Amino acid sequence: MIEFVSPTLDYALLAPILIVLGGAVLGVLIEAFAPRKSRASSQLFITLATLVLSQVASLIRVRDRSSSAAAMESVTFDGAGMLIQGSILLISIIAVFLLADQENFTALAAALPGSDEERASLQQDLRVTEIYPLTLFAVAGMMLFPVATDLITLFVALEVLSLPLYLLAGLSRRRRLMSQEAALKYFLLGAFASAFFLMGIAYLYGYSSSVTFAGIHSAVIGGSGNDIYLLLGIAFISIGLLFKVGAVPFHAWSPDVYQGAPTAVTALMAAATKVAAFGAMLRIFYVSFAEAYWQWRPAIIAIALITMVFGSLVAIAQRDIKRMLAYSSIAHAGFLLSGVVALSKSGLESSIFYLFAYGIATVGAFGIVTLVRDSAGEVTDLNRWSGLGKRSPWVATAFAGFLLAFAGIPLTSGFIGKFSIFSAAYESGSTAILITGVLSSAIAAFFYIRVIVLMFFKDPVEDGTSVVIPSIYTQITITVSALATFALGIYPTPLINFIQSSATFLR
Amino acid sequence: MNILSFLMLLPLIGTAFIALAPKTNVLLTKQIALVTTILVALVGIYMTISFDFNANGFQFVESREWIPAFGIKYALGVDGIALVLILMSVLLTPIVVVAGWNESEGGRWSPKVFYSLLLVLETMMIGVFASTDVFLFYVFFEAMLVPVYFLIGGFGSGERAAAAVKFLLYSLFGGLLMLASIIGIYVMATRYGNRTFDITTLSGLHTVLTPMMENVLFLGFFIAFAIKAPLWPLHTWLPDAAKSATPGTSVLLLGVLDKVGTFGMIRYCLTLFPEASKTFTPMIITLAVISILYGAFLAIGAKDIKRLIAYTSISHFGFITMGIFAMTSQGMSGSTLYMFNHGFSTAALFLVAGFMITRRNSSTISDFGGLQRVTPIMAWSFFIAGLSSLALPGLSSFVSEFLVLVGTFTRYPVAAVIATFGIVLAALYILIPVQRALHGPTTPGNENLSDLTLREKIAIAPVIATIVVLGFYPSPLLNIINPASQTIISQQGFSDPAPTTSEGK
Repeated sequence: MIEFVSPTLDYALLAPILIVLGGAVLGVLIEAFAPRKSRASSQLFITLATLVLSQVASLIRVRDRSSSAAAMESVTFDGAGMLIQGSILLISIIAVFLLADQENFTALAAALPGSDEERASLQQDLRVTEIYPLTLFAVAGMMLFPVATDLITLFVALEVLSLPLYLLAGLSRRRRLMSQEAALKYFLLGAFASAFFLMGIAYLYGYSSSVTFAGIHSAVIGGSGNDIYLLLGIAFISIGLLFKVGAVPFHAWSPDVYQGAPTAVTALMAAATKVAAFGAMLRIFYVSFAEAYWQWRPAIIAIALITMVFGSLVAIAQRDIKRMLAYSSIAHAGFLLSGVVALSKSGLESSIFYLFAYGIATVGAFGIVTLVRDSAGEVTDLNRWSGLGKRSPWVATAFAGFLLAFAGIPLTSGFIGKFSIFSAAYESGSTAILITGVLSSAIAAFFYIRVIVLMFFKDPVEDGTSVVIPSIYTQITITVSALATFALGIYPTPLINFIQSSATFLR
Repeated sequence: MNILSFLMLLPLIGTAFIALAPKTNVLLTKQIALVTTILVALVGIYMTISFDFNANGFQFVESREWIPAFGIKYALGVDGIALVLILMSVLLTPIVVVAGWNESEGGRWSPKVFYSLLLVLETMMIGVFASTDVFLFYVFFEAMLVPVYFLIGGFGSGERAAAAVKFLLYSLFGGLLMLASIIGIYVMATRYGNRTFDITTLSGLHTVLTPMMENVLFLGFFIAFAIKAPLWPLHTWLPDAAKSATPGTSVLLLGVLDKVGTFGMIRYCLTLFPEASKTFTPMIITLAVISILYGAFLAIGAKDIKRLIAYTSISHFGFITMGIFAMTSQGMSGSTLYMFNHGFSTAALFLVAGFMITRRNSSTISDFGGLQRVTPIMAWSFFIAGLSSLALPGLSSFVSEFLVLVGTFTRYPVAAVIATFGIVLAALYILIPVQRALHGPTTPGNENLSDLTLREKIAIAPVIATIVVLGFYPSPLLNIINPASQTIISQQGFSDPAPTTSEGK
């Protein structure tokens, strides 16, 4: 008979996650009890306060300690995990400012598109405010994802982060059918990925008779298990993770979902989710599977190469700005995978830097997408972005800055990221990654530059778009991310040193 | 503060003032730009005077940590070659400002943008020549594409957007290949114990590289520089860019930016990978000779005056590249001097061409005719600029072309002899347009063209003066250049097969 031992939890270490979960619960209560009028403002306040508080808590924690036994070995707080958590929080904070721009969301989520009910709710000027607690739940899941050190916790975190995002993806105010289709697609494919993930867990348990990362690690070193199970386990777990990061061939959902989801949600998805998923991926590959690299490395290298080339090539054909950014983020997933295959301390450090830099720029870029509108809402057709530089030079300039960062031009954060992650991959012996990475960067430059040409060198079209005066919230998002993008390109030393001094995985 | 940093900071201060200037006051913007660039030029001249040309190695050295995690430093310093190119850049920029006084107004954006881009570009031009850290050099090398891209695309004419994109994509492609090589250097330097990008330290790196590795890394750099330089067959972006850019931008593009390519060959290809440089020399010399003849032939057939100048430059860059890879100190000195002279003679050609185009609103050569009678000063300026371009003795290009050919002949006589045909062709491609545009009957529509204004004379006079003075008295520059080129030649284990010129030590 198994004797039940009550779990010991290190609340101080768990505090940042608990704060976010608490904030989410508080948000649900407000949804239930607060009068409708005051909900929007109080929800926003609570969300921001929660995230900031959590950030403060995690900053305090970074200074003094880290532990592998925060929650009975199922969660590990180490330098790398905390850095990734910190990045997720920072990115979420600036993404929440975008959410606050209510124009993006439907008035009543339950109403059928085009129904009387919807029209009535629009007339009443209703606001969906449940997006805030949903976001907080998603963020809490994201924070748990990269610090989870057993497979069950990892799976729970995966679902906690995914489910709210499935819902959020369907809440767009305009083009609601498309948005709901995106949500359904995301949900179905996500459920598939989860199933694969679970199957991987089963195989890994069969292989090592343990669900903890450390247990798998020692089973790999021990070498007594059946290698077929290990291989299958790694493969299935990878499918689940590669789905979340949007790597080829598990990328098919991302362009549709990015396009259909409300842009603010897309920003959160593209930036913060990617950080969380890569964080988890780095941890499980570096901690559990490191010694079995001969099993998975060739496959992941191949996926990285295909992802870079595919993402860059297909992005060229896109005529929709959100789809283009989606394919560009697929290409970036390929670049980031080179940090996974590097399997070294510098690989880990450069991945964290890249994730942070890329996440910030992504939020900023999508923030700008929310601003370009006509009478029917956001305009994502690229042709109608032409001449934007003439009408709103500052918005166009900021967008050009983000594009240059994605393209990896010096003096932007993207360049430092690219340099460091490719060096790490090459250092570990992967010449193919270096060469393919560089060549696909050259391909990718083409479509980034094309957008700049459209904005600056073409004349505005007749039925042109206008840029709405950004609300103070969106302004904050864009300004902060633009400043960070250039600051990290011109003087990245403090952040790099900080990452270097703390980025390690505890086993 | 170090003088080089100060030199780079000055244009940025000017940019800040321009940003503060009221949008309606275009004149003030221009004045700020002019004063700034003149100040920079004065500081540059002061720097040249205080340069000790008897000393070896880099001078005005400054070195600070930038990204210590990767061993990257903000490290500046100049030897004779870099100094000459910086001097050329800072002298040409105010001239461009004066000559293009009204260029900024026809563009899509306000003149404030034009001059801000120009000044930022000047900072980067100084930085790219002054860097002694490979990574820092790369940062400037790539970042300077952005202002040029906007200068062409935002203020050019004709197919400016397409030309700007072509320029940027070609350069980015080369730049990314170079990035791969830089990562290679970084990893190799780390593996062999010294994580640094310092050019002096890295010059020893080749001793530990395998020949294969050295060749691959060399090619990454060389292709980037060959695109920039522009060497045949990687030159195709240049005529489009030069045709579409404003004359002032073209001066900087051909006069200064392309020199980064040939400068990079000297500073990075030869210094970092001497063995690979030797291996590839026959191929490069061949490409250079092809460039010389190919550029010249296309120039003869060119109907557009700006394209013509661009093609002549391809030919001239062939000479420069040939001189560099001849691996003799005359060749090296000749090429460096050639870079300086080419900057001025191309500037003269482009500026006068610009004056002609604004008057006639066309850049087709056949539209000009009989200018000699209508606008004698303009015609004479064009004639002198052309003669300088074809390297007439007594004008500055002659000395450098002669040195390059002599330097090449001692090692590659066949190449030198074939290249000499380039000079004959040069006479053709200069004299034919001179004949068509300046002499003969006045083409209809040209009767009432006005001659150069005072502003235009002020712009062109110093350029022509420099061309003439250096034609007769090149030794001040050669005194600066020679020690540096000898150092490079001898450090890398090349020896001069023939006695050096009297200027050499």
